[in-house]
Amino acid sequence: MASVATSGTAPGPPSRARRWFSGFRERETWTAYAFLAPWFLGFIFLTAGPMIASAYLSFTNYGIEQIAGFSPTESVGTEHYRQLFNDDKIRLALKNTFVFTLMMVPATMVVALVLAMILSRIGRAAGIFRTIFYIPQITPPVAAAVLLLVLFNGQVGLVNRALELVGIQGPFWTTDPSWIKPSLVILSVWSVGGTMVIYLAALHGVPQQLYEAAAIDGASAWRRFRDVTIPMISPALFFTFIILTLAGLNSFTEAYTAYFGAGSTGADSPDAALFYAIYLFRQAFEFFNLGFASAMAWLLFLISITITLIQVTVSRRFVFYQGGQK
Amino acid sequence: MSSTENLGPATGSASAPIPQVLREPPRARSAAGGAKKVFWIALLAGLSVLFLYPFVWLISASFKPQDEVFDNRLIPRTFSWNFDEVFGLPDAPVLSWLLNSLWIGTLAALGVTFVSALVAFAFAYFRFPGRNLLFALLLATMMLPPQVTLIPTYLIWNELGKFTTEHAWLPHIGVNTQYPLWVPNFFGSAFYIFLQRQFFLGIPRELFEAARMDGDSYFSMFRRIALPLAKPALIVTFIFEIQAKWFDLMSPLIYLRDQALFTLPLGIKTILDRFGTGGGGEGEWQIIVAATLILTLPMVVIFAIFQRYFIEGIATQGRKG
Repeated sequence: MASVATSGTAPGPPSRARRWFSGFRERETWTAYAFLAPWFLGFIFLTAGPMIASAYLSFTNYGIEQIAGFSPTESVGTEHYRQLFNDDKIRLALKNTFVFTLMMVPATMVVALVLAMILSRIGRAAGIFRTIFYIPQITPPVAAAVLLLVLFNGQVGLVNRALELVGIQGPFWTTDPSWIKPSLVILSVWSVGGTMVIYLAALHGVPQQLYEAAAIDGASAWRRFRDVTIPMISPALFFTFIILTLAGLNSFTEAYTAYFGAGSTGADSPDAALFYAIYLFRQAFEFFNLGFASAMAWLLFLISITITLIQVTVSRRFVFYQGGQK
Repeated sequence: MSSTENLGPATGSASAPIPQVLREPPRARSAAGGAKKVFWIALLAGLSVLFLYPFVWLISASFKPQDEVFDNRLIPRTFSWNFDEVFGLPDAPVLSWLLNSLWIGTLAALGVTFVSALVAFAFAYFRFPGRNLLFALLLATMMLPPQVTLIPTYLIWNELGKFTTEHAWLPHIGVNTQYPLWVPNFFGSAFYIFLQRQFFLGIPRELFEAARMDGDSYFSMFRRIALPLAKPALIVTFIFEIQAKWFDLMSPLIYLRDQALFTLPLGIKTILDRFGTGGGGEGEWQIIVAATLILTLPMVVIFAIFQRYFIEGIATQGRKG
């Protein structure tokens, strides 16, 4: 493959290809390949191979009987993909996932930025608060889900008791379908620490002279924020935007722990918490519809790639890299 | 926690490439700024309660009897030692789960740290044909969502399991063993390779050349020069992976059937299902919250020890954006 690419298409002088190949006479080359070998094997057997297999499986009836060898694996054509568009549960799971992501990403970014900006102006005392705000991030998701169930319990939970103190009748967060996702969003925003630390680091990288120059020009605090802070930290904003979006699309553990019992039929699980990754998991490893689940995985992959590409394209207009484009 | 001590610029010397965040920003403030600062600190202190109180609640509730778990008192009215009950549950070997998680996490983190360093060093130091192509491949795999490879990977382990059962002289590896949870780490991980490569690129090349002059082989140069210098990046990798394994619920759900093999998150999930009200349990929440505390505390300890590396590691991720 490589030989075709270099000797066949390279328009440069022939010596370039020869030089490329002469590299294989060097000991350094073979040492490098030996160092890379574990990753390359993993790439073949745990990434590239499974990807091809997954694409193949998505066009077959592969399931529990095929694993056991009772029935042959047969092609079903594009049936799974057509089913994706006709399945109510898929539509529901996609809607849940999008709604959750659309709430969670902006909420996390805004809270993280506000906290980071306050921290960046209190000097030395910032350290202890940075630690405190980071701590929820080290809470295992399963533990966070348990905390969600107990603290947001509609009758006895601490959250509603606290709301009562200020005269608000809190909703039944964990049972009312319209409050299940908002409470999961609040849980996500609680572990805002990582995003905040990224913003804090970016804010410290903004040259102080820019603010001074803007102040001399009479720029208001809002103008300084909009025209200095935001452009200067836009790479960090962009990075977290993409990472948080992908995390939102793949949300699994908290909602699964809180609302989906192992071995339960799912009949008692609320529809409002059925995220795409949860439905995919159930199709694959509870119902063993591995062919259909593979098609689901590819749909998620295509959605993720499309959204990321849109984000990259749109943000190209807004993201400012200090020292030129990378 | 000794967080304030970590803030001084002195820490900067330990790891040159990343510690920007730990340094105090150079800001001179007037007296008027002082009053503002007090206001901000008061506000942050208030917010801190929101961030920390769930933990305080969890600790407090873990020491309450069943009928007082939800009384939301800070100090338990009746003190109850629930941990004997948690560790003595029938069909729920919590101590084994804790040890399983520790052992799997440590092994996985050691593997991924060492192998990723090896690969990262190769990409950073060696000049060889195909380097750019392979590195592009590596970057591409970072974007891949895990679901696409999940099912075939499961099938591979399933086939391995069948094969090793048929050939009894082989050790039993496959589904319903713990191997699928840590063996893949010994193939490195694209994300950590990328992180460490950045670090290796920051080390002056002359240091390696000097070792070569002294007659070191490539590998001993890697072991004697590169690894010790990259210690901060290695520690970041190690603790991130420990955390990832400590958090992971999906892989144990997929691969483990025998209760004795469970990791702690999966174990706590089954305890929640068994004793919670959702799965038809009697609502013995004192067991659930005490078990959840056991799941949470080890991460708090690791964070207390390695706090600086957590923060630096996260901040570095953002900087490459």
